[in-house]
Formats: sequence, structure tokens, C-alpha cells
Amino acid sequence: MIYADNAATTKMSRAAIETMVRHMNETYGNPSSLYVTGQRAKEVIEEARSEIAGLIGADPKEILFTSGGSEADNQAILSAAGLGEKEGKKHIISTAFEHHAVLHTLKKLEKQGFEITLLNVHEDGLVRPEEVESAIREDTCLVTVMYANNEIGTIQPIRKIGEICRRKGVLFHTDAVQAIGHIPVNVEEDQIDLLSSSAHKYHGPKGIGFLYAKKGIRLVNLIEGGAQERGRRAGTENVPAIAAMAAALKEEAAHMEENAAAMQAVRDRIIAGLEEIPHSVLNGDREKRLPGNVSFCFEGIEGESLLLLLDDRGIAASSGSACTSGSLDPSHVLLAIGRVHDVAHGSLRLSLGEDITDREADEIIAAVKDTVAYLRSFSPVWRDLTEGRKEFILP
Amino acid sequence: MALYSEKVMDHFRNPRNVGIIEDADGVGEVGNAKCGDIMKMYLKIEDEVIKDVKFETFGCGSAIASSSMATELIKGRPVSEALELTNRAVAEALDGLPDYKMHCSVLAEEAIKSALEDYEKKKERA
Repeated sequence: MIYADNAATTKMSRAAIETMVRHMNETYGNPSSLYVTGQRAKEVIEEARSEIAGLIGADPKEILFTSGGSEADNQAILSAAGLGEKEGKKHIISTAFEHHAVLHTLKKLEKQGFEITLLNVHEDGLVRPEEVESAIREDTCLVTVMYANNEIGTIQPIRKIGEICRRKGVLFHTDAVQAIGHIPVNVEEDQIDLLSSSAHKYHGPKGIGFLYAKKGIRLVNLIEGGAQERGRRAGTENVPAIAAMAAALKEEAAHMEENAAAMQAVRDRIIAGLEEIPHSVLNGDREKRLPGNVSFCFEGIEGESLLLLLDDRGIAASSGSACTSGSLDPSHVLLAIGRVHDVAHGSLRLSLGEDITDREADEIIAAVKDTVAYLRSFSPVWRDLTEGRKEFILP
Repeated sequence: MALYSEKVMDHFRNPRNVGIIEDADGVGEVGNAKCGDIMKMYLKIEDEVIKDVKFETFGCGSAIASSSMATELIKGRPVSEALELTNRAVAEALDGLPDYKMHCSVLAEEAIKSALEDYEKKKERA
């Protein structure tokens, strides 16, 4: 099987599995207990915290373990909103193509009287820093812009946005779930105040992630109870998962450059191959994109049937079509970059793994070409387009 | 558990009666590309019996499978029987569809009915 859905989740690395199993066997104590077995577990957590902090340019005290990216997003945004509200600031700036963990949290805040501005992400899928700057008002308490988009892979000008927010005195949060472990992220250099990350996107276990919160930012608790995580998140820590997350990130960081270069070459090979399909379009900027992301729309077909047939040929991928989202609308990300419904339904996302080969890339290209042609062969939409009863949307 | 039944996957992978009929006696198209499903049915009718049926579908796996199954259910049957085809019958013949995909079977029923209406209209005009 060619697994090309790494933006959904990744296979755990050997290092992460070994670390996890070792701690499940050996480090079963409760980190809150005072005897040696408990304190050993506490040490494991703190070592992981230091490791992770070091890899993103943070202080260990600024790292809070969560159940994953969604929880970190919720906690970051609700904390910043709470701080803003105390000062009478109830305006938040974000973008139209954030992850639902961000968008739905903002929706909730909107119902509580916050005003939300969603910035245009343009056809190239990139936020314009000057538009962030001009959207900031006296009452803006938070800017939240994702580091890299999960569907179209575009990498946002985070450093420039960070600089603007710092200068204007507005908190800046970034959902870095797709970026951490894949491209260099440094909270100090990028001037980030709050950052969310999830371990299973970089070969760590599911159900664990972290929130970076710059020193001095008081977080609200989503889970009340014991004094774990310095009182900011109750519940006995998931020691094996925390240690495995650190092991996974350490490994990714050590090979980041070579992995990115190798994936990028294969990515561009696939993009070039798929661009040969008539009436198709690459989604998102060509250069400023994650090394493993390929996102296309093909006119005249629907994405779910494409995925099922690719699965039959041993290729695991994803789509932003309505049928795969479980709603009537196609992906909000594709709509945000201006793809019309008809085109957005025919989308395909391939998110490559570090071990992808040229041979596999060629297999993917051939399979997608065949399948798109096959589905078009009995698509009434395609017939209308080719027989001139309807105008092509994609050149 | 798989998303779809074996029957659905079979009709999706090997759809029956795919294509168009140039001199069809009735043609029906339902759905729209905005919603992500379009079905087009072509009927050849002789002596009030459906001699041939072809379809083209833009849509998900269950939309393609539902169209395919619907054509099988009416091929060779009298028009009066085809008019009584229900989406439930299409879904049952496919060994069921996930709840949120039931609208695909509804679309198949509507496509057949729309083609039959077209046939009736053409007959009146003739």
C-alpha cells in the first residue's frame, strides 16, 4: 500500500513505539506520587518537556501537555479571549481556512459577544501580513493564523504576522499541527505567543499533543481537578505517550532537512505529472507549501469515487468533497481559496511520507490519471463540458 | 467495518448499463454539480416495456452504485412497474446504504421517474 494521507495521521516511528512500550512496562507510577516509582515518571515527563521546548525554542515551563491539537487550540483561544474580555477587548482576527478546532471555538465566542474577523486567504492560499495589520483594532485581543494549512499545505508568513502582533501588543496564536516536525518552527524567532501541536502528525502516538504558551500568559483550564501541569490541566499525565511524543519529534527534527528535500522532490514530480491531466488545478501556492503536500481539483468528477478507486489500487489519500466531509458542502478550505462547489467536489489531497519513492510517485500519477479519465468517461458533467453545453471552469 | 456493503462496492466497481442511448425515448437528469451528485438516465421503450436503459453519473461511490442498481431493477420491466420503483427498493437491493447516503438512492428513483415523465411527454406530443 502507498500511504499518502500523512496529513490525516502518520504511522508511529520505531523510536516512538519503543519509547512508549518501554514506559508502559517500566514507568507505570503516578507522577504525582512521592515514592521513587512515581518520581521516576515525573522525571520522564519533565525530560520530554525539556526536549520538546528545546526543539521549538521555548522554555520547558512554557510547554503544557494536552490530549492533542484540538484541545490545545481550544485552550489557547479561550484563554486569550478571557484575557481580552477582562480589558474590554472582544475582537479576534483569524482566517477562513483554519481547522474546525479553531473555527468552531471562534463560533462559540461569537455567540458570547466576541466579534470575529476572518481574513481572506486569496487564491494562492496565503494570508497577507499587511491585511492582518490593517485588521487589528484597539479592541483586538487575539490573532490566530495556522502555520500551514492541512488541506492545501500552504505555509503562512508566520514570522511577519508575529512581528506585527508583537509590535501592536496583540496576542498571536498559531495552530502548528501540520508544521511541527516537518518544517522549522521557532517560537522565539517567529514571535509566537501561543502554539498548538499534535504528536500523531509527526509519527508520535494519537491522543497527545502540547500547547506552548509564552511566559506570563495565564491559561484558563478546560479540565478542572488535580494540580497536574502546574494547575493548568487536571488529570494523571499520559506518561508513555508524552515520552513517545518527545522521541518522535526529536527524530523528525534531527532529519528535517533531508526529509524535506527528499519529499519535496517527489512532491514536485507528482505535481508535474498530475498537471498533465486536462482541466485540473493545483490548489495553493507552488513554492510556499509543505514538502509533502499535493492538492488538486479535477473538473467533471467527484472526489469520493476517486478515493475509493485509488484505494482499490492500494493508494490511501483524501478529498475535500462533500461526500467525504459528511456534509452537503465541500471543504471550507477549497471554498476559501475561491474554488466553486462544482470544482471543489473533485478534489484530491496526497500528503506524502518521508519514505515515498519516485517509483511510488509514478504509480500514484498513473493511477490518478487512469481513474480521473475513467470517472469522466461516464460523468454527465464532463459530457456537457466536452460537448459545449457548459463552460469549463478550469483551463 | 467497510464504509459500503459488498453489493455497493460491486456496483460501484463494475457499474451495469453505463453509457448513453442516442435515440432514447426518455431522458431524465436530476441533481446538480453544486451538491456533488448528478444522474442522467436514458430509456429505450417498446410496447410500454423498458427494452434498454443506460446511465451516466457524476457523484460518490453510492451515487454510482445506486444508479447502476436502479437500471438493473427496471431493465426489461413494464413502464407501469418502473414508475413504482422506490428509493428504498434500490437501497435494499444494494444491501443497504449508510444513513447519510440514502439521498443517493432517492436521486436514482427521481432520475428514473424523470426519464419516464420525459417519455410520457414525448408520447403525448407524438
